[in-house]
Amino acid sequence: MAYSDKVLDHYENPRNVGRLDDSDANVGTGMVGAPACGDVMRLQIKVDRNNVIEEAKFKTYGCGSAIASSSLLTEWVKGRSLDDATQIRNKDIADELGLPPVKIHCSVLAEDAIKAAIADVRKKRDEAEG
Amino acid sequence: MQLPIYLDYAATTPVDPRVAKAMAECLTLETNFGNPASRSHQFGWKAEEAVETARRNVADLIHCDPREIVWTSGATEADNLALKGAAHFHQRKGKHIITSKIEHKAVLDSCRQLEREGYEVTYLDPGSNGLISPEAVEQALRPDTILVSLMHVNNEIGVINDIQAIGEVTRKHKVLFHVDAAQSAGKLEIDLGKMQVDLLSLTAHKIYGPKGVGALYVRRKPRVRIEPQIHGGGHERGMRSGTLPTHQIVGMGEAYRIAREEMHEESRRTLALRNKLLHGLEDMEEVYVNGDLTHRAPGNLNISFNFVEGESLMMALRELALSSGSACTSASLEPSYVLRALGRNDELAHSSLRISIGRFTTEQDIDYAIGRIRNAVAKLRELSPLWDMYKDGVDLDQVQWAAH
Repeated sequence: MAYSDKVLDHYENPRNVGRLDDSDANVGTGMVGAPACGDVMRLQIKVDRNNVIEEAKFKTYGCGSAIASSSLLTEWVKGRSLDDATQIRNKDIADELGLPPVKIHCSVLAEDAIKAAIADVRKKRDEAEG
Repeated sequence: MQLPIYLDYAATTPVDPRVAKAMAECLTLETNFGNPASRSHQFGWKAEEAVETARRNVADLIHCDPREIVWTSGATEADNLALKGAAHFHQRKGKHIITSKIEHKAVLDSCRQLEREGYEVTYLDPGSNGLISPEAVEQALRPDTILVSLMHVNNEIGVINDIQAIGEVTRKHKVLFHVDAAQSAGKLEIDLGKMQVDLLSLTAHKIYGPKGVGALYVRRKPRVRIEPQIHGGGHERGMRSGTLPTHQIVGMGEAYRIAREEMHEESRRTLALRNKLLHGLEDMEEVYVNGDLTHRAPGNLNISFNFVEGESLMMALRELALSSGSACTSASLEPSYVLRALGRNDELAHSSLRISIGRFTTEQDIDYAIGRIRNAVAKLRELSPLWDMYKDGVDLDQVQWAAH
């Protein structure tokens, strides 16, 4: 399979690889996918007082397109508000990376991951305040 | 060293220059271009002579009579002819066939077709080492069983079935035995004087011959009857019609002649390289060899790197031409059915590489491959959330995954 230059770039130089402290109430974790399917993404965001994402980290088990999708996502969400970040669609990721049809599910997984991370941090904050 | 390095000899091999030379002598007006079936002039006689020399070379490698060799377009056609041909001929005797879950698709898909025609097929489970035992075959036999079809060497994991022992079982019960030897011919000793095999599929392109030619061995004593699948002209004693491609057949004959002379030396060399590769990788954490390591063709290594996905691994190894059992590298999006049949979990199936070594592989190639693979696995594990979890002591089997 031929990969686009953007996929190759993210794969060779993945941005924001790592993990954030999940016990921090300002950190949200989205873990999606399953090893049996060949893709697992862990996306973490750290949110400041104004609900703006100040940090994002990922680790991904999966094909090059899955790695590139999550790497790109971490770049995109940084500096965005939570509400703004929920607007990211898998199609935006697929278009930006030039993913072929068989790899669209990688971008879907990335969208699921950011949604899960946002839901997680919102829940944690509600619990901390409540 | 030339990059990329070819480490996919189980997929196909380059044509040996000696083979290419022999083939080139059967194409143009000045050379041996005639139709081997032309009986009325010397162009035909000369072509026929070349075809018969090739037939003898193929027969000599597997210790059979040249008259037992039927040329085909490859092992896929030979498998089709063996299965459908034997099943159709013997349908009045019974309609039950035994094979295994890890056969090549040419056998499995032919079995599926026969099932559509009303035959019943038993698909044996291999052991966790990938081998089919003679006992398992014997237990699956029924009064209406007409045919057992098993491969000599598995194309993905390289394991070697005990054909001689299984042949004793099938002969005792008077059931036909077909063996797909596409991956073993020219690498392992095949002696049809000792192995009680009735039908055996061969190919040229796995053993430095050209693509597009193969053969089916059809035993004469005791005589094995099959129904032809391609009609028109009655070539090959009526079992496979079609003008014989002299250049292809001469190529296969030359490849088999070379194999007979060099097989033992070559196997020793490829085994040494395979072991060097294995030793270079096996001290890493969470590495699993798929399939039995002792009963294994010399050039094959199939190995899983847990917590690393196969396609991303292949992407990191673009300088190495090899193949993976990962779903992402197959058209079906399913991980390797062979590894799954061994009871390997999906993660390990997704994480597998098949590395196959051959005639033109060098020690430098292997040293380079070891370095690249180690680096790529380390890099991808740094990226892998599963590796983190494993290192944190999380039991991945207990995690509730959001499957998609």
